[in-house]
Amino acid sequence: MDHPFAITLDVGTSRANKTGSWRTELPTYVHNQPPCNQGCPAGEDVRTWLYEAEEGGDAYERAWRKIMEVNPFPAVMGRICYHPCETGCNRGQVDEAVGINSVERFLGDEALRQGWTVGVDQPSSGLRVLVVGAGPSGLSAAYQLARLGHAVTIVESAPKPGGMMRYGIPEYRLPRDVLDAEIQRILDLGVHLELGVTVTDLDATMREGRYDAAFLAVGAQIGRRAYLPAGAASHVVDAVSLLHQLGDGERPLLGRRVAVYGGGNTAVDAARTAMRLGAADSVVVYRRTRDKMPAHDAEVREAEEEGVRFTWLSSITQVEQGSLTIERMELDETGFPQPTGVTEELPADSLVLALGQDTDLRFLEGVAGIEVDHGVVTVDDQMMTGRPGVFAGGDMVPDQRSATVGIGHGRRAAAGVDAWLHGRSVPRTEVRAPAAFEALNTWYFADAPRAHRPLLEAARRSSTFDEVVQSLDADHALYEARRCMSCGNCFSCDNCFGVCPDNAISKTGDPDAPYAIDLDYCKGCGLCAAECPAGAIRMAPEEI
Amino acid sequence: MTGDVTDLKLYQVGTFAAGNRLVDLELRSVQAHADRANSITSGHRACQGCGEALGARYVLDAAMRAAGGDMVVANATGCLEVFSTPYPESSWQVAWLHSLFGNAPAVASGMAAGLRALGRETRVVGQGGDGGTVDIGFGCLSGMFERNDDVLYVCYDNQGYMNTGVQRSGATPPAARTANTGTAGPEPGNVFGQGKSAPLIAMAHEIPYVATATVADLRDLERKVTKAMSMRGARYLHVLVPCPLGWAAGPSDTIKLARLAAQSGIFPVFEAEHGEVTAVTPIRRQVPVEEYLRLQGRFAHLFGKRARPDLVARIQAGADRNIARFGLIDADTETQTSTEPGTGSD
Amino acid sequence: MFEQLEGSKAVAKAVARCRPRVIAAYPISPQTHIVEALSDFVRDGELTGCEYLMVESEFGAMSACIGASGVGARTYTATASQGLLFMTEALFNASGLGLPIVMTVANRAIGAPINIWNDHSDSMSQRDSGWVQLFAASNQEAVDLHVQAFVLAERLSLPVMVCMDGFVLTHAVEDVDLPEQDQVDAFLPPFVPRQRLDPRDPITIGSMVGPEAFTEVRYLMHDQQLAALDELPRIAADFQAAFGRDSGGLVHPYRTEDADVVVVALGSVLGGVNEVVDALREEGVAAGSLGISCYRPWPADAVREAIGSARTVVVVERAFAPGVGGVVSQDVRLALRPLAAPGPAVYDVVAGLGGRPVTRTALRRLLDDVVAGRLDPHGLHFLDLDHDLLERAGTPWRGTS
Ligand SMILES: Cc1cc2nc3c(=O)[nH]c(=O)nc-3n(C[C@H](O)[C@H](O)[C@H](O)COP(=O)(O)OP(=O)(O)OC[C@H]3O[C@@H](n4cnc5c(N)ncnc54)[C@H](O)[C@@H]3O)c2cc1C
Ligand SMILES: Cc1ncc(C[n+]2csc(CCOP(=O)(O)OP(=O)(O)O)c2C)c(N)n1
Ligand code: SF4
Ligand code: SF4
Ligand code: SF4
Ligand SMILES: [Mg+2]
Repeated sequence: MDHPFAITLDVGTSRANKTGSWRTELPTYVHNQPPCNQGCPAGEDVRTWLYEAEEGGDAYERAWRKIMEVNPFPAVMGRICYHPCETGCNRGQVDEAVGINSVERFLGDEALRQGWTVGVDQPSSGLRVLVVGAGPSGLSAAYQLARLGHAVTIVESAPKPGGMMRYGIPEYRLPRDVLDAEIQRILDLGVHLELGVTVTDLDATMREGRYDAAFLAVGAQIGRRAYLPAGAASHVVDAVSLLHQLGDGERPLLGRRVAVYGGGNTAVDAARTAMRLGAADSVVVYRRTRDKMPAHDAEVREAEEEGVRFTWLSSITQVEQGSLTIERMELDETGFPQPTGVTEELPADSLVLALGQDTDLRFLEGVAGIEVDHGVVTVDDQMMTGRPGVFAGGDMVPDQRSATVGIGHGRRAAAGVDAWLHGRSVPRTEVRAPAAFEALNTWYFADAPRAHRPLLEAARRSSTFDEVVQSLDADHALYEARRCMSCGNCFSCDNCFGVCPDNAISKTGDPDAPYAIDLDYCKGCGLCAAECPAGAIRMAPEEI
Repeated sequence: MTGDVTDLKLYQVGTFAAGNRLVDLELRSVQAHADRANSITSGHRACQGCGEALGARYVLDAAMRAAGGDMVVANATGCLEVFSTPYPESSWQVAWLHSLFGNAPAVASGMAAGLRALGRETRVVGQGGDGGTVDIGFGCLSGMFERNDDVLYVCYDNQGYMNTGVQRSGATPPAARTANTGTAGPEPGNVFGQGKSAPLIAMAHEIPYVATATVADLRDLERKVTKAMSMRGARYLHVLVPCPLGWAAGPSDTIKLARLAAQSGIFPVFEAEHGEVTAVTPIRRQVPVEEYLRLQGRFAHLFGKRARPDLVARIQAGADRNIARFGLIDADTETQTSTEPGTGSD
Repeated sequence: MFEQLEGSKAVAKAVARCRPRVIAAYPISPQTHIVEALSDFVRDGELTGCEYLMVESEFGAMSACIGASGVGARTYTATASQGLLFMTEALFNASGLGLPIVMTVANRAIGAPINIWNDHSDSMSQRDSGWVQLFAASNQEAVDLHVQAFVLAERLSLPVMVCMDGFVLTHAVEDVDLPEQDQVDAFLPPFVPRQRLDPRDPITIGSMVGPEAFTEVRYLMHDQQLAALDELPRIAADFQAAFGRDSGGLVHPYRTEDADVVVVALGSVLGGVNEVVDALREEGVAAGSLGISCYRPWPADAVREAIGSARTVVVVERAFAPGVGGVVSQDVRLALRPLAAPGPAVYDVVAGLGGRPVTRTALRRLLDDVVAGRLDPHGLHFLDLDHDLLERAGTPWRGTS
């Protein structure tokens, strides 16, 4: 058409006007560290595997593999992990934390159902690494080292591998077939396991086995004893031994009335186990109050549901056959329990002590360089002890004691061992800025109350060792994964592409960097950053 | 177990965000499509964070999609026209005509008549600012409604004559400071009138479709445009488009302000057919009006040293009236959003 | 075919035969009969393929025409007086956008005081609106001019106003030779817009133009208007060939070749003027007249050619610019400016405001006074001014006649 001059214009010609010159602030996509990741002692990139899992179907395997990069026990950890990831989860400030743990379990179980396996990534290094102890920490290290191409031998004194996962954690929380399957997957990588062998002299074992390096993860096997005046006929056992017997397949007799002394998870496990072993009355005696109790809330609640009683602010002063003497305590200003002198009798056929565990470090006696402090072995940030080439982790080093922490230690130590063996230093992991809740725009997330895992019906809980906490079904697992807000990382919701009044954002089609900002037109209004649900865009002053 | 009450179709952001990588492309917003029309494109001279530029693209892209690209637009004078067409550059990528400040509805009527006479299927959209719509163009608009001309008319309401330097319009809210409603005297800012609801007046014409929307709820906006485009006759869409300049607000707050306007009840979001309200968008997270007002410099005189809580209360009362009148808080939603404490062990 | 028709009806029929696609109009006397008839034609099928929009105002009417023309539809409206003023803003817009809308103005006075009767104040108030303004001297010419107007408008992409005197013409029943449909179809080709909103080839119509190009845009408009001065005589010639009638063109000189005194006028008053001219001729006075058919663009050359050799020019105009006087007379003076001094003397005579009849007697008296030198050639004159009324109003006539 012959357009009249000036009053009629060709469409889209304003693109000649580069309004990007107005900008004083510049948007950039960030990859911040979400609190879930920050909180995971095993070092999982929770956000990323949830992101994969959200897609469902084929993506489950990708999600699982993402977990498997750092943690070879998704099915186990999806059951027994205390999930500190959820404690910090930003979704908790909206409604309830994402059920990260239940999704992890779903993925772990899915892998077992589907028979997904992992392979060895590296060619054989020809180097030999000794791992002492087949607990979670030792197995984790063995898994990583094997995949790095090293020849790994685990020496384990117990008849079966698993450490406290088998000899501590009761079956109703961790079915043994799940544990066995995930351990077997590690062994299938070619890890050599020597059972029923106790390392008594590390130097000797290393010499004899011609090991180039070692990772020690012997845990804390010795149940702590308190001094209690006790009658001769009184039946007192420690929780670790009790649970170990169960791990060996025994069913020890505790009598009708069982008292458990302590306030940790082990105490609760012992009390719940006692119920299942036939006790009519199982009572936890603890010196402080419920909120001071280190045991996890959910565990206490489940125990209560099963009929376990709790006697707070009580200390045991005397043990007789068939009864205990209990002294009432009160908390002082500092929250510390103080005796009141008031006592009462508590009928009990046996008393289980759950007062913590100590590490048996005799096999390290005389090993040069190893340093022990407060009963645990000192390590550097690569998990290496004072003895070069000897690393340690899990319950035997100073840290929180949990399977997850142990797994994390194992992974970090494996990296340390590998670097040490190759004479390299471990590459520094980049420090990511935290993905703060305030940076999110939670408006955009659909209202979605958390889907909780169902529980076994009460009748079967106190009489059998059947698993109490059930799995989420596929639908609910997917739902729960999708509750994740992808804190601090783009999850391709197209909001930035949608809200830019200047059409300065385009879609690239590249899943790793789905959007590009055209600085010729970005005026720096900050709408994309403000409206990014995930807080994945940051505005920063333009450098002039 | 609370699992059985959850909506298993949850897609993380549901329909709140523009897109969602998890759902079919067809189910995402028009704005999420890489091949959207971009009816108004880059290089326009709207202020940073302009809600009107954004709103116009939202509306027209959705309309273009609904019309299969066969659409023409009549535009009133105002910011939208000025920032998009300074010679020799046009930001429009649709067939677009600007005539005058007060005649866009009539121009659109003429277009519709012309196209019908020529036997064309081309659809017609008329659009303008609140001034061009609720004030100077109101006669034309009412005529267009009354004749039930086949036009979708869209008002981009930024609550003032922004193009001429932020003077008040018939859509400026009470107490707002503008260039001709200053803050001196006992009644600072715009007067507390009886209000002028163009959508309600549009409804009084009993035209096929009337709806309000905001730039904060893209999916709702697009759904309404699409619905409007599926109908014939006179249709009216009133879109709240915050103006950072005129409202003295941060450019990154544009969408947030639109959201707060809806969530406080100040701007009721609803739709009506043939004069009857057929649906309201319930308030999802209710906020006091103060949260909305405080982000805007045009209401700064209501707070601070010489605060006027009495005026804030009057504004709140207005919002509460809207909430009651349109039923913006519905009992069902309230229970839905309150989460039952988990009973499970995870 | 000759028919006895009211002027309005005749114009309506002619317009219908031009096959407009959109008519948007708002009623105002004395235009009403035109648009009423057209609305009937649309309803009864005499005019097909046309949308008739009953708009809410003249502003709406012209705006709807802008929209319709913008999408490429042949568009028509009609108005008068207050209505024309009510669409002022849109008039300038239509011409600025170069939209070939055709409009009838049934000329009427402008209030206050409100007055429904004929004069040219309404059209004259819009002489700078960028519209082509054609004036019909008779109902036949009104009919013919509408057909020509569409041709002109669409050829040049300019809006055209066809002015006909309200009541005097619109309501007069006369014999009119109505162009047949097939003749019109042959004369007026289908509308091919110069620019059109087309979704398949989108453009932006109506940009904002700043100081850097605004003057040039206006100059181009002027240039386009001037093109009408070439186009109109061509169209009139073609029209004559097709219809056998001399209608339209730029000016209608009557006995001017050797005239000493020439009356210049627009519209229906020309009939009476020419009778007076004939009478004077019979009495030996070399009188003539010049009818202005095209007032905008101003056909300065044609005017000069027609009246340049006269000694006296009397501009009888049915419009009035308060504070100045004549409107058309200024243009006439402009046309004569290139002539060697002294050139003809130009009399400004305001006549027939608000429906006051312009009688032959009064015209005759006027010309007698002019010929006898009784009238001040530099003053402003009113035909039939009622001096008693002025006295009573307390402001006696301060002029010379
Ligand atoms: C009852 C109970 C419940 C628990 N529940 C949880 C829970 O729900 N979630 C959680 O995360 N954590 C839980 N924990 C803690 C968790 O089990 C431990 O922190 C974790 O198992 C420590 O791992 P590790 O590999 O360091 O040691 P361990 O798991 O203790 O494994 C050490 C292994 O080394 C072997 N070993 C020791 N000495 C030698 C030696 N000299 N030679 C060869 N082998 C040796 C042992 O036989 C053992 O198999 C629980 C602990 C207990 C006691
Ligand atoms: C008849 C007329 N009166 C006044 C103006 C001046 N004018 C141009 S735009 C405008 C205000 C526009 O306000 P609105 O329609 O709300 O659009 P905004 O600029 O706020 O988007 C005014 C008063 C005009 N162009 N035409
Ligand atoms: S919402 Fe998702 S990314 Fe954010 S902390 Fe929770 S699990 Fe991690
Ligand atoms: S929304 Fe667009 S213009 Fe605004 S900061 Fe982001 S990219 Fe730039
Ligand atoms: S003044 Fe307001 S409406 Fe106008 S361009 Fe700026 S932000 Fe947009
Ligand atoms: Mg406005």
